[in-house]
Amino acid sequence: MSKINDYRAIVGDDEVDELCILADRLKGKSVQNINSTAVGGGVAEILSRMIPLLRDLGVDASWDVIKGDERFFAITKKIHNALHGLGVDISQSDLDYFQEVNRQNCELMDLFGDIVFIHDPQPIGLVARREHRESKWIWRCHIDISDPQEATMNFLRDYINKYDAAVFSAPIFGRSDLSIKQILISPSIDPLSEKNRELPPETIDSIVDRYDLDRDRPIVTQISRFDYLKDPMGVIEVYKKVKTHIDCQLVLAGGGATDDPEGPRILDQIKSVAEMDPDIHVIYLPPSSDIEINALQRASTVILQKSLREGFGLTVSEALWKAKPVIASAVGGIPLQIAHKHSGILTCSVAGTAHYLKELLSDPEYAIKLGENGREHVKNNFLITRHIKDYLSLFISLYYKGYLNYL
Amino acid sequence: MTEGFHFYTQYHLLELLGLTARSPEDMLSCIKKVPVSSIYYHTHHFLQRHHYLSPEPPNDFAFWLMDALHLQSLGEEFLGVDTISFCNLEDLRGAFADILENHLLKGGENPNCMPGFEFHFLACYTLILPLPYTANNLQEFAELLRKVSIRSLYFHMFEARMRLGVRDNDFSQWMKGIGEEQLAHDISKLDPYSITLENLRGKIIRMVEDRVKN
Repeated sequence: MSKINDYRAIVGDDEVDELCILADRLKGKSVQNINSTAVGGGVAEILSRMIPLLRDLGVDASWDVIKGDERFFAITKKIHNALHGLGVDISQSDLDYFQEVNRQNCELMDLFGDIVFIHDPQPIGLVARREHRESKWIWRCHIDISDPQEATMNFLRDYINKYDAAVFSAPIFGRSDLSIKQILISPSIDPLSEKNRELPPETIDSIVDRYDLDRDRPIVTQISRFDYLKDPMGVIEVYKKVKTHIDCQLVLAGGGATDDPEGPRILDQIKSVAEMDPDIHVIYLPPSSDIEINALQRASTVILQKSLREGFGLTVSEALWKAKPVIASAVGGIPLQIAHKHSGILTCSVAGTAHYLKELLSDPEYAIKLGENGREHVKNNFLITRHIKDYLSLFISLYYKGYLNYL
Repeated sequence: MTEGFHFYTQYHLLELLGLTARSPEDMLSCIKKVPVSSIYYHTHHFLQRHHYLSPEPPNDFAFWLMDALHLQSLGEEFLGVDTISFCNLEDLRGAFADILENHLLKGGENPNCMPGFEFHFLACYTLILPLPYTANNLQEFAELLRKVSIRSLYFHMFEARMRLGVRDNDFSQWMKGIGEEQLAHDISKLDPYSITLENLRGKIIRMVEDRVKN
């Protein structure tokens, strides 16, 4: 596991020194993170890297996971989709069960944190317990809620307003109907994780060989959970449009999360479409596949992230960190990561994505320049050290009033 | 006896105000009511976020008027506001509001942007912390300025002047205190809005080291 001092070579001594100074201001306060899954998905990934680094900085940080059964996670997936604006039918009985599981978790869990940091809607109801404590409560929303189903937002709003602050990932997620402080903090990638660290060429080669990919022809890749919102079928359409002009291969690779019951069904649908073309590689990756993802990204010619909705879309930063040209949808937090035609390409349709994919595959110099700019942008804005700095500032700010404070 | 120069650093935490503008009229209404820290954020954040790029002169308002609404001439009026000449954020707010009011009074265009291109108002909380670095003379000052983060430089050159209402940057104030009037004056004269932060750091270090040599 990485230590905070390992980041000095990447972000500089001054950055790490100042993180230590900031962390020192949280001495005596415990920070308890709570989410709904220990593996799979971006939240678990960020927490698994962030908690050890916070501890290394001397912060008393911990991470707990709520318990829920299949029915609960089917309901929370519906809530997730409804917040993303999809037309989903959530019954009163669903909401009652959601509340009941949250109540059960309230009774089972030891909510000991001076700062209780709740991630996403699944455990949002734990805030009912705050009446019994003088602790600070923060709700971290990792989802795109720019256009949610109103009924679902109304249901959650009563919970959200019981927190001290809500944290969102992009400016477009800010809301005029919340009575609490709303904070903007982008998520991050860890440059030293298995998924992002440098890899020896022979490791990349062996993984590419394992998946039967041809290094002599362009490889176009989308890494993401198998989820409608990542638009895997749209990616296949893009590939088919480009394939008629350029002999390329498509890789659709990703895994699932324990709190996402839809994944296997969507994977089957994609496989049935892909089996007709040997150059479409659908790769299901178990949670421990970070090196495989790293190698597939590094072996790719162009990376796509053609999502219909995104909480943030960290796979974009992962690809940019590897200096890869990225074409991605202008949704969620992706426009923060890509300045169009400077550090990548932003699109909003199959036709647009296909157009730019052809362009990048035909003009490698332009593609390389986009990738280089993208890496620099990620280095300055989307690495885990910046994320830790923001979280520490947030935790400390809960104990101060006003916009300007000397510590 | 004059004290040494104590370096500080600062952290910004961004607040989403939940206020959105779709037209110049909306923007005027929001500019009038947002906290001054929002005016500060939208006229200064590019300095830190893009400190590695050659600076353009964007404030967010100008960029949005030109990019999302295609109101080139109105945007250029916003670009023309000389941020460095304001020591007070309320006055800066007033300058932006005057431009929009005049534009609307004269019957200027007031289009709505396309959905998805709205202007989202942010504000920033600032936390200021002392660093364990004190310079007792110019030589030590140059060495420490090389060592501190870009946020520390930003705090002493921008934050102190604009948000804390101090008339000059912190470096020049300290230098005046130790009898270095000319150096203080030369650093005050720099336009920190037209240079990247790393270049600004290098420039100040060179000026101080030249003074030490001579």
